[in-house]
Amino acid sequence: MVERVPRVLVTEAAKQVIDRLREEHGDLMFHQSGGCCDGSAPMCFRKGDFRTGMSDVCLGQIHGCDFYMSRSQFEYWKHTQLTVDVTEGRGASFSLEIPLGLRFLIRSRPYTEEEQNHLVPVEEG
Amino acid sequence: MSVTLSGYKKPNTEGSPVQFKPRYENFIGGEWVPPVGGEYFDNPSPVDGKVFTRVPRSRKEDIDLALRKAHQAKEKWGNTPAAKRSKILLKIADRIDRNREMLALSETWDNGKPIRETLAADIPLAADHFRYFAGVIRGEEGSVSEIDAQTVAMHIKEPVGVVGQIIPWNFPLLMAAWKLAPALAAGNCVVLKPAEQTPATILLFVELVADLLPPGVLNVVNGFGPEAGQPLATHPDVGKIAFTGETTTGRLIMQFASENIKPVTLELGGKSPNIFTESVMAKDDSFLEKAVEGFTMFALNQGEVCTCPSRALIQESIYDEFMERALRRVEKIRLGDPLDPQTMMGAQASRDQFEKIMSYLDIGKKEGAKVLIGGEAYQNEWYPDGFYVKPTVFEGNNQMRIFQEEIFGPVVSVTKFKDEEELLQIANDTLYGLGSGLWTRDVHQAYQIARKIEAGRVWINCYHQYPAHAAFGGYKQSGIGRENHKMMLEHYQQTKNLLISYDQNPTGLF
Repeated sequence: MVERVPRVLVTEAAKQVIDRLREEHGDLMFHQSGGCCDGSAPMCFRKGDFRTGMSDVCLGQIHGCDFYMSRSQFEYWKHTQLTVDVTEGRGASFSLEIPLGLRFLIRSRPYTEEEQNHLVPVEEG
Repeated sequence: MSVTLSGYKKPNTEGSPVQFKPRYENFIGGEWVPPVGGEYFDNPSPVDGKVFTRVPRSRKEDIDLALRKAHQAKEKWGNTPAAKRSKILLKIADRIDRNREMLALSETWDNGKPIRETLAADIPLAADHFRYFAGVIRGEEGSVSEIDAQTVAMHIKEPVGVVGQIIPWNFPLLMAAWKLAPALAAGNCVVLKPAEQTPATILLFVELVADLLPPGVLNVVNGFGPEAGQPLATHPDVGKIAFTGETTTGRLIMQFASENIKPVTLELGGKSPNIFTESVMAKDDSFLEKAVEGFTMFALNQGEVCTCPSRALIQESIYDEFMERALRRVEKIRLGDPLDPQTMMGAQASRDQFEKIMSYLDIGKKEGAKVLIGGEAYQNEWYPDGFYVKPTVFEGNNQMRIFQEEIFGPVVSVTKFKDEEELLQIANDTLYGLGSGLWTRDVHQAYQIARKIEAGRVWINCYHQYPAHAAFGGYKQSGIGRENHKMMLEHYQQTKNLLISYDQNPTGLF
């Protein structure tokens, strides 16, 4: 059986930040934002603080955290693999890493044709 | 190496009109109050990457305090005659005007945008916004309906009471003015949280106008989103929340509002199409020049505008000729020292914003979009540690991610359309519907197409104008409610209906 290609990955640097945040806040989740200002950035919340629903899909798990996106946004993003990274900087939003002076960030690449056929299926939100 | 600055003197240097304090406090109940926890955070300038002041890192306790003071002030302020509230707003506008250069320089230093923009747009527009709402509140009235010969329904506008406002970082003072002016005009007390990247100018503004407003009417609490913004958005004592930002936080604010059953207004951005039809090239005249300039508007404010015309749709028949002119115009965009009045584009507002733009330049290239100009960071010789990006034009198709996501940088993605049908298909194939631009010499086309674009604002033969008397807000996922225009007052008001009987006789039911 061919190994499935994950839709979302995470860098070592981002894992370390997730660990720091988990120590302080407990279990975490991600929701990918869109739109103005800090839009297009992934938001990190305490698990359950952001209520996902029928309009969301779960793309997978990164370092033990579910990663969600709204279904409508996913339609425009589904041909790309996402990697959650982290950078220095002062973002706005309610994402939990903001007080650390750090910001989660998405890096992306399009799947190859071969990969397109073996993607991890998305789960309903 | 020392470099001579060609325009305004840097803040905190001798002779500069801006001298920031080393540290600021919150403004609560008419006083400058340290945060309860005694913590502060550094505020760096994106122009040179260096810290220039410190700002309170507030928590829930500070929000609680501000809300208490606001509630203590609300009855008196809500019952202050409209004429008096209006006069105070006019005085605020005068103070802004009298301190235009100081506020403009502060805004440039805090946000990174060029001084020519803050002098000509941010600060004068903020003053005008207060004047506009000072005017409309004088003309505002309720209504009376005659239900029948003995029964009258009276509709009186009352303020919500205490409102919470969360301000974005792209036009810090102007966006605060957009929210504050209608809220104060309508008789509300406000707890306002500036963006953590750009708190400085709002604090200087409060220093200027503090004596004009009764204590508790305006309260400014600084801090980080999860620590101060969230307690404000979730607080049961807030009568209404206004937010400008992105969709996930917008949804979260609606979730909080659903728990407290409170109204919200949300402005969540867009991916605005700027459409150039073939009649634009029918003559080589000043209108064509205006249209080419309209294309270049993506670079205004370094692209950090919710309505940035970040998708350009150009009719196939004029594509090559139009793009040749457009790219020549983009080449002339002057980058450099944001304090030089000749500079057209300054720094991106923060390091993470810069990194995000870089990540979009990367995925744009990986998806096969062609870089027509720019496509990389700009090395600013005046400020090597600032965050600068070259104005960038991509050519590609509407399914690419650079065509679908708000990059919030000086990046436009260009594509072609054959006819009106395809124009509308591409223009509306987006999650958002905030701004749009339509350029044509055909008045029939202008009206018909504009009506079919799913967006709250269609600029026809212009772009990036923000007069206070034109409603601004989004369709689709761009948000809820409007800003600007007198209709905005309604978002800060309740309707009290008095249903009055002038009939002396019992109804006969019991």
